Amino acid sequence: MSTTPPTGPNAPGGVPGTSGSPEPDLLADLQAEVAQDLEDERPPAGGPAYQVVAALVGVAVGVTGVVMSLGYGLGSLSEPGAGLWPFATSVLITGLSLLLLLVGRGLDDAEAFTRSSLLPLAGAATFLVMAFLLPVIGFEIPSFLLCLVWLRFLGGETWRSTVVVALVTTVAFYLLFLYGLSIPLPHLF
Amino acid sequence: MDVNAFLDGFAVAVEPTNLMYCLIGVLVGMLIGVLPGLGPAATIAILLPITYNVEPVSAIIMLAGIYYGAQYGGTITSVLLRLPGEASSVVTVFDGFALAKQGKAGTALGIAAIGSFVGATIAIVGMTLLAPVVASFALDFGPPEYAALALLGVLLVATVGNGNMIKALIAAAIGLLLATVGRDSFTGASRFTFDSLELSDGIDFVVVAMGLFGVGEILHNLEQRHGKVQAPAPVANVWPSRGELKQSSGAIGRGSVIGFFLGVLPGGGAVMASLVAYAAEKKRAKDPSRFGRGAIEGVAAPESANNAAATSSFIPLLTIGIPANASMAILFGALLVLGVTPGPALVDERPDVFWGVINSMYIGNIMLLVLSIPLVGVFVRVLRVRPAILAPITALITILGVYTIRNSVFDIFVMITFGIIGYLMKKAGFEPGPLVLAFVLGILVESSIRRSLLIFGGDPTGFVTRPISGTILAFLVLVILLPLLRKLLARRTRPGGPSGPASPTTPEREESLR
Repeated sequence: MSTTPPTGPNAPGGVPGTSGSPEPDLLADLQAEVAQDLEDERPPAGGPAYQVVAALVGVAVGVTGVVMSLGYGLGSLSEPGAGLWPFATSVLITGLSLLLLLVGRGLDDAEAFTRSSLLPLAGAATFLVMAFLLPVIGFEIPSFLLCLVWLRFLGGETWRSTVVVALVTTVAFYLLFLYGLSIPLPHLF
Repeated sequence: MDVNAFLDGFAVAVEPTNLMYCLIGVLVGMLIGVLPGLGPAATIAILLPITYNVEPVSAIIMLAGIYYGAQYGGTITSVLLRLPGEASSVVTVFDGFALAKQGKAGTALGIAAIGSFVGATIAIVGMTLLAPVVASFALDFGPPEYAALALLGVLLVATVGNGNMIKALIAAAIGLLLATVGRDSFTGASRFTFDSLELSDGIDFVVVAMGLFGVGEILHNLEQRHGKVQAPAPVANVWPSRGELKQSSGAIGRGSVIGFFLGVLPGGGAVMASLVAYAAEKKRAKDPSRFGRGAIEGVAAPESANNAAATSSFIPLLTIGIPANASMAILFGALLVLGVTPGPALVDERPDVFWGVINSMYIGNIMLLVLSIPLVGVFVRVLRVRPAILAPITALITILGVYTIRNSVFDIFVMITFGIIGYLMKKAGFEPGPLVLAFVLGILVESSIRRSLLIFGGDPTGFVTRPISGTILAFLVLVILLPLLRKLLARRTRPGGPSGPASPTTPEREESLR
């Protein structure tokens, strides 16, 4: 979240030239201001390529859905087959995605990938490692390691607080799950 | 209204365990409202596995508490740090922060807490009176009505919500498609299972919600550096004076009523309510220029409204089984997991759930009032906790939580997959809300449509000719056409129309969907 100085409740007081109809404009102003406020916190917008790729993914999902549901059999309206409803939704997805491809190129609601997008990537990787290790060596060591990576490398904490928080968290989860809730998580100790 | 059932509901709500879960819920809600990062929908999603281990009523009482508790917590950061914890507290920032700068942070928080309490309580009373009436009206609904109603619900959340309407509809349609994964209940055919045994039962809603909302938001938060923790403004004199109470009582009353009605509308919700209430006060004021410079009404009105709206958004869920926003969609899923189908029959079949949950809100709001006036100092101190410390803890809760549902590592992988999808959706400007909502309603929509087609003997005009489903469908068409019409009109009136910097129809990033 950014900490920009107050942008403007004091400023707009009334947009010049709105003396005619103050009612709808007040709400519109507020909405624009709130949108602006939330806008300030967002990373740089992604360009048209983001929109095109997103739309193409939609088309791909839709077309795959259409092809597969045809395989399940459409049946008829009086006796709908297993594929009829998925077929209808897939056609909808395809159509809407094509529409997005046509009219959505100028949208600015995508967030550009930046260097800091590597952080979520690393985060997702730790999730996967944890999922692989959990059934093999129990949850304690993977949990501790996940905390370590997230606190020190993703969160920029000092080593001291990293180790303390990671230890406390792991122990707390151990007590909570195995004793507090008596849920049999795979555990080593 | 069945008074006995209502009183029995109180008996349910004051059972010690339920009181405890209510307290946990509102505490967690307050905390996540104060802390930046996770919104209520993500938090409810992350804590869904608890529903497998706890009594149904207790679980829903707790999850509901998180939702309305978050509305109280969001105020604190708005006033003290100029950081709205929740989107519905954004307008509170204008006057709340101005008051804090004048050394009146305590007054602002006190009035906000009282307004929140009054708004929520008025809304609960309204719900107590109105909900059984709505439910009894909806009892006559057959499959065609349900199909139309569920479609309308999906459409409203997709359109009224936020951002781009086409994107929201695509997300919703994908949600409908995802709901078909698994064995078809009519023909027994396997659909989109890719010969996987785990997928033959379909994708579990809890896993999808935890992935899209929980993991998706956790990953997305990693990317936004939340910056340094700032020292909050000092808080003193939380108890407002009689004069301040008198000054803001009108605003609280009007805000509560506005919030109650806007909250009932699908997709409307707390964000819209707080905006409208603020605008109404500013318009009524003799000296509107006070607003933004520390007018106490500018805190009282939106805070009363967002709490009233958060409360009344339970009405469509509990009475007709249509969730009004993403948090309600998750609660809908939670109820299904517990074997309770939200809908008009709920009040008769499970009065313990219906009245237990509603009445727990009376108690939960008293707890919140206590938490946010005498104990406000504790939460101000919570503001010093760095988000980096909480991130791995929430990450672990999701991973271990999803595993406990079925002791299944496969579920963890499905959740991570949906988490990555959720993250990418956010990056590409798609909100996950409509997808989850459509996913929840997907099975209901499909089976209702197919059952209706059987009733109609394959004639789809039956949807239109039945009076209620026809009316709902007409409304549905209106919802689609209205934005297009408005756009056309705007284009026509722009040259020579009301001047001013052609106010960009900014897509409000409504977080009510979270």
